[in-house]
Amino acid sequence: QIHFVILISRQGKVRLTKWYSPYQQKERSTVIRELSGLILTRGPKLCNFVEWKGFKVVYRRHDSIILVILNLYASLYFCICIDPDDNELEILEIIHHFVEILDRYFGSVCELDLIFNFHKAYYILDEILIAGELQESSKKTVARLIAAQVNVTERCVSLAF
Amino acid sequence: MNPFSSPTRLRDMIRAIRACKTAAEERAVVRKECAAIRSAISENDQFFRHRNLAKLMFIHMLGYPTHFGQLECLKLIAAVDFPEKRIGYLGLMLLLDERQEVLMLVTNSLKQDLNHSNQYIVGLALCALGNICSAEMAMDLAPEVERLLLSRDQNIKKKAALCSIRIIRKVSDLAENLMSPAALLLKEKHHGVLIAGVQLCTDLCKVSASVLEYLRKTCIERLIRILKDISNSSYSLEYDIAGIVDPFLHIRVLKLMRILGQGDADSSDYMIDILAQVASKTESKKNAGNAVLYECVETIMGIESTSGLRVLAINILGRFLSNHDNNIRYVALNMLMKAVTIESQAVQRHRTTILERVKDSDASIQKRALDLVFLLVNETNVKPLTKELIDYLEVSDQDFKGDLTAKICSIVDKFSQEKLWYTDQMFKVLCLAGNYVKDDVWHALIFAISNAPYLQGHCVRSLYKAFQTYSDQQTLVQVAVWCIGEYGEMLVDNVKVLEMEEPMTVTESDAVDVLETSLKNCSSNITTQSLSLIALLKLSSRFPPTSERIREIIMYHKGSVVLELQQRAIEFNSIIQRHQNIKSSLLERMPVLDEMTYILKKASTSQANVSADKTSKSNSRASLKLPNGVIDAPATPDLDLLDLSSDDNPANASSSNDYLHDLLGIGLTNTESTGIAPSEGTDILMDLLSIGAPTVQNDISVSDAVSSNQGIVPATKPSSTTQVMDLLDGTPTNTKISDYQKPVHPSIIAFQSNTLMITFTFTKQADDPKVTQIQATFTNLSSDAYTDFVFQAAVPKFIQLQLDPASSNFLPANSNEEITQSLTVTNTQHGQKTLAMRMRIAYKVNNQDKLEQGQVNNFPPGL
Repeated sequence: QIHFVILISRQGKVRLTKWYSPYQQKERSTVIRELSGLILTRGPKLCNFVEWKGFKVVYRRHDSIILVILNLYASLYFCICIDPDDNELEILEIIHHFVEILDRYFGSVCELDLIFNFHKAYYILDEILIAGELQESSKKTVARLIAAQVNVTERCVSLAF
Repeated sequence: MNPFSSPTRLRDMIRAIRACKTAAEERAVVRKECAAIRSAISENDQFFRHRNLAKLMFIHMLGYPTHFGQLECLKLIAAVDFPEKRIGYLGLMLLLDERQEVLMLVTNSLKQDLNHSNQYIVGLALCALGNICSAEMAMDLAPEVERLLLSRDQNIKKKAALCSIRIIRKVSDLAENLMSPAALLLKEKHHGVLIAGVQLCTDLCKVSASVLEYLRKTCIERLIRILKDISNSSYSLEYDIAGIVDPFLHIRVLKLMRILGQGDADSSDYMIDILAQVASKTESKKNAGNAVLYECVETIMGIESTSGLRVLAINILGRFLSNHDNNIRYVALNMLMKAVTIESQAVQRHRTTILERVKDSDASIQKRALDLVFLLVNETNVKPLTKELIDYLEVSDQDFKGDLTAKICSIVDKFSQEKLWYTDQMFKVLCLAGNYVKDDVWHALIFAISNAPYLQGHCVRSLYKAFQTYSDQQTLVQVAVWCIGEYGEMLVDNVKVLEMEEPMTVTESDAVDVLETSLKNCSSNITTQSLSLIALLKLSSRFPPTSERIREIIMYHKGSVVLELQQRAIEFNSIIQRHQNIKSSLLERMPVLDEMTYILKKASTSQANVSADKTSKSNSRASLKLPNGVIDAPATPDLDLLDLSSDDNPANASSSNDYLHDLLGIGLTNTESTGIAPSEGTDILMDLLSIGAPTVQNDISVSDAVSSNQGIVPATKPSSTTQVMDLLDGTPTNTKISDYQKPVHPSIIAFQSNTLMITFTFTKQADDPKVTQIQATFTNLSSDAYTDFVFQAAVPKFIQLQLDPASSNFLPANSNEEITQSLTVTNTQHGQKTLAMRMRIAYKVNNQDKLEQGQVNNFPPGL
């Protein structure tokens, strides 16, 4: 079971968090702090799995080479925490799945997209995972569902954020 | 705040926050926004509610408190339109967690939404419920979700299935209700529904055994068919990942098969074919393929499969080990550790690859590989394996050396069949990584050497050679120094040369040179130096011509700042100078340590005291206290030479650590110095062999050494003198275990300074165990007479004390005569607490008043 998903920038800023197990607000910030410290300092040659407090945390670093002046070579760490007996390699695939869908939706996603459109990133995540389990393995279906919901949104009175 | 002005757009707020250069600026912006939002909330603003919630969510992600916005979520959820509901549910999932009571208020809205006609709204509700519901909500809404499991819309079905997973995780009793709908889900074609369905079944099985049975009977065929379809199907655009059709579905089906097949031979039978097919057909070039293979291997090892299939699985793992992707190697090592217990033969075949992994650059892989190698060692492969590991030890990094050394030592220890090989390997390890070798390891080595007389010559010569090159490895130096001290003459006279040794000539002065170097070496710690001093002393007896030179070397440390060294220097110097007659018998070869008892002791203490060992190790390293004071456990008749209970730890923790420790003369003085005499009983032998608790004073009046039993042999109790004298006569020093009985209430030295000694002898009445008669004897150790001698004592509250008048109050000098005084103590907590006493002695010497105080801590137990 996936316990939580966290996206952190290399500077340690949180871009997205989703908690599938009960963690109180204080616990959440502690967890984020600890994990950031653990993961951000790992060397590039080490494997993508870290043991932490009896769980396994799988992380993957994604470098986006979008040339927004402020964010050259910004990179995001996708971290997922699982039970010790889960299949780590599959989680790596799930991360990849998520990133590809984000990519397709935003068109070459970069960190800024995730910052200004965080709610959309969450909507996408909610189509991929529920209750810490995988929901849909087809990128096409996810994209279709998201598009349909965007449609419904636009049909209603336009509510600008 | 003007209610008519529209608040900032979300993008603008985000931009403003990102433009802040300092944390204070950011806080200011956030505060302003929160204020605006708060007033909007209080005015029940509907128009911008969704925007405000979005802003709140962003602010929440930055880490600021946002609980004032929680109710807004509810209002948005209760709104009519989809977009508002959507942001409302998102806010709900982000800002709340299942423990908040506010969550309960949502139940009603959720119920309505679950029954909504718009499938996307139903989807939203299911998603929210699935991510965040509490146990009560689960109970309330379970019927709705069940109904939705049977809906026709695929999207709703799969969401309902995952939502049900959460429900049964919270309320496991509901599992049976979901049994049949879940099984039905497996008939679907849609992959999303299948994945959710399979996962639901898996979780149901984990929660309820009856569901497990049911699914086992009905679903295995279906699962196998699903797996066959996706495994055999050719390319599918929608589900393809790296050449595999829907690896996620593969993996989940495999997992469910594992759960169903575990422990059940029939079900496992069915699965064997398809597992073999998946295992052999799946491409493993990319991570997706490897993920499937990994799950397949786990399933094969988890069910009752044939051994052929298992070997296939392990070979796959072996292939993984050579993969250049770190993650795969890591995963393979993990799996192999579990597999070793089941199929150790097959794993053995991959030993070389595993050994390669020990040299990996990733620390966690190295560690796992090393653990795995350790599990694979057996009698046949121990020699080549050890050789490989030791070769690697030379080049490994510092962080890893500690682990590696410990593992090599335990492998060598467990599996060595001949002592020669054992000692040779240990010497190599000491040379390469001596500083990482733990104390009990080299103690065991010395123990083995002393038990193998035919090897002693070889050992001392190898150590001598090794010392020339590796003198910075502390433990090597320590072992070398000890051996040279003990077996010096074998070194010089080339005694017992083994066949493979090269000829070597070592003169006596060479041997002394080694010891001198180790003493002078600035990297030598106190233990090494102490050992060197003793070794020098031993050599001065074995090589008489070098005696004078040795004496000079020792004298150099007479002024050492370290108490231990200074004391030894002085003691040894006096032995060399003045006590030639007893010197040789004093310094005879160390008695052979009894192997059997040692092994037994080690076995019994090692298991139970792995943790105690660590603490006692850290204790012994930190303070290096010697056993002092009272021995806790009553001595058994087969108390062997080495059994010393450690100071504060209970008898059990007298780990093999401590007694060899002391035997080798490493103990340092106890830091408490007032009036604590060495303990009775077994310590006598220890003291004789120059290890025991040294006496308390800083400068021992050596002249009184033999006469008053002080000096090298710290003052022993009068009643035990006979034993001491026996030893000094050179009686065979085999562990006379049975001969040596510990006296029940031995007398103790209650107090000793360089001017006064007080001894206590005990008698007990048979009728009352609480009462003890103590006979105190006062002896004047100085050369002046004492007058007006008064002894006072104070005892803790649970003891009653009665002092009889002393025999006299004049104490002549030089122990010519003694004063005796009787005390009666009653221990009201007899059996629970031992006696303790404070003393105050006042007397006049040369018309000056003198006062000495002390505390008696070494009362024997049982008083």
